Amino acid sequence: MSVAATHTRPTLAVWKFASCDGCQLSLLDCEEELLALAEAVHIAHFTEMTRTSVSGPYDVSLVEGSITTPEDAERIKEIRANSRRLVAIGACATAGGIQGLRNFAASGDYAGTVYAHPQYLSTLDTSTPISEHVTVDFELHGCPIDKGQLLEVLLASLAGRRPVITGHSLCQECKSRDTVCLLVTGEGACLGPVTRAGCGALCPSVGRACFGCFGPSDTANTASLAARLANDGATELQISRLFRTFNANAPAFLAESRAHESTEVAVHFSASRIVRRP
Amino acid sequence: MVETTDNSAVLALRPGDVVVLSRDGLDALISALREADYDVTGPTVRNAAIVLGPVSSTSDLPVGYRDEQSAGRYRVVKEDDERCFQWAVGPGSWKGEFFPSKQEQWRAVRSGETYTFVEPRFESPSLAIFGARPCEVAAIGVLDKVLSQGTYGDARYVSRRRDLFVVVAECGAPASTCFCTSMGTGPGASDGFDLSLSEISDAGGHRFVVRVGSERGGAILSTVARERASSEDLVARERLLEDAETTMSRRMPSGIAAVLAHSQESPRWSEIAERCLSCANCTLVCPTCFCSDVHDVTDLSGAVIRERTWSSCFDLEHSYLHGGSVRASGGSRYRQWMTHKLSTWWDQFDASGCVGCGRCIAWCPVGIDITEEAALFEQDAQLPEPEASAR
Repeated sequence: MSVAATHTRPTLAVWKFASCDGCQLSLLDCEEELLALAEAVHIAHFTEMTRTSVSGPYDVSLVEGSITTPEDAERIKEIRANSRRLVAIGACATAGGIQGLRNFAASGDYAGTVYAHPQYLSTLDTSTPISEHVTVDFELHGCPIDKGQLLEVLLASLAGRRPVITGHSLCQECKSRDTVCLLVTGEGACLGPVTRAGCGALCPSVGRACFGCFGPSDTANTASLAARLANDGATELQISRLFRTFNANAPAFLAESRAHESTEVAVHFSASRIVRRP
Repeated sequence: MVETTDNSAVLALRPGDVVVLSRDGLDALISALREADYDVTGPTVRNAAIVLGPVSSTSDLPVGYRDEQSAGRYRVVKEDDERCFQWAVGPGSWKGEFFPSKQEQWRAVRSGETYTFVEPRFESPSLAIFGARPCEVAAIGVLDKVLSQGTYGDARYVSRRRDLFVVVAECGAPASTCFCTSMGTGPGASDGFDLSLSEISDAGGHRFVVRVGSERGGAILSTVARERASSEDLVARERLLEDAETTMSRRMPSGIAAVLAHSQESPRWSEIAERCLSCANCTLVCPTCFCSDVHDVTDLSGAVIRERTWSSCFDLEHSYLHGGSVRASGGSRYRQWMTHKLSTWWDQFDASGCVGCGRCIAWCPVGIDITEEAALFEQDAQLPEPEASAR
């Protein structure tokens, strides 16, 4: 590959913060399109794929993970300064992720349980999305993200157009593929009506109610759905926990889990200490 | 009209003729349709619901099933019953057969510096819908007005609809969510069918009273073993429809179009919005909602693909103009849906957009009932204006 060729293609960088790497691996999951994509863009930094790293600036940066340490809070600013477009990918980068559950606990609670010498840790009290630290050009939701949507964001970026990615409810994907509603047939406590579409209604299509891993939809009326779930027999604890998973800190879900937070929930959290292995 | 010839008749059945089929006869009818190269689609049980799918014999039908429906709730129950149509309507309407949820409009393929436009060809076998309810046939009539009878018909819709063979199953088991009588679309079928079935199960046995609605319906039915309809059969059909009418408890107020036209500023819209999830389920299960979104996507080969997908007036994007969504509040979105369906649809298409199938009531996850809301708006309209009463 000539140097000239690499400079005519847009450069893509992939960055990791507090996360499991599942979202950035979605890029490698684009198996059929991967070679063509690698022709269309110059993958300049992607440590899950290659140790070779080309210095910036970058045309597009995909950022996975949440900000949980003082170092990361600085590092994201450098990446922003080095990126023409910055796309936050996944529930961690857009809402703080599952590790955002720390935001509900007292500082150091979990660290003291897991680590023998937590005094060597230097972490922030909270897990926060990228948008709380720098300007984000586009947020791609999901835990993990959908590879089709990732490709769409990259294709839109290459063509200079708006990505065709909606913020409407998951229900529309169920209906489009003739999946029968699990809530109405009594098959499950489904978060679909308040959850952002994008996964293609993966879980409901195999009979599993939606976990809400794509976070709240644009128009999420969580209070009304919670009332329906309570009517079906869900307890306050169950409702609170339903909204407090991968996107626990997304504003609509956060407000709803707080509205159903009882002393029972608080007891549950302080009791869920992880047993340290010898 | 009673058929007067026996099974060896040379004369084909004519529109208006009535015969009786056994379940074996119904199987023979399905086979005859398949042999005539129809793609036969009908109700079948899958995933705890009665949905639409390929039908190759009566054993594919929901034999012995009934449905229980109420606001926000749907269940199917299997019983020891020989009947095939002892249920009302399932979540899937026939709309998807003519108006798919996602469809490519055209693509522009790049070669060098030039683009070639390619339109997809719509070629599919002729479709026979088997066991559609009268309200559903009425809904297809409504969609025809929207998608094929204007100046610009929808090519895919027109091609799929053109040779449609309709076997209607008159409704003997309305759900609690049904209100077709007040919309004038059921439980009996008056037109729009090639053949109309009424399923009877009484002392005279299990049988189907079949009315011929078209020449080709008569021609197909003439190939099937059948018996003449007796006066008892005709009475049994009448009783089936009368019983269905009397069990239907919900109704739509007859003057709702005018009431809604004058309810634009009602505080009820925001009250409904407190419950409404804006999830769009009502519009997607509705057999007449036709809103769609058109967008262009690109691929790695440089092609541009224009796609049309189902959309909903409950989406923010649906009313997105420069600078934001016109209908930003839940109340304004529900108002748009209900007012269009029951009122402005008349202005636009000279018909109601609602056929009374009740799907929007059963499949609303929080059970918002359009008939209940309509009754409240009607009640408000009859009350004196607050200003007038203050004077």
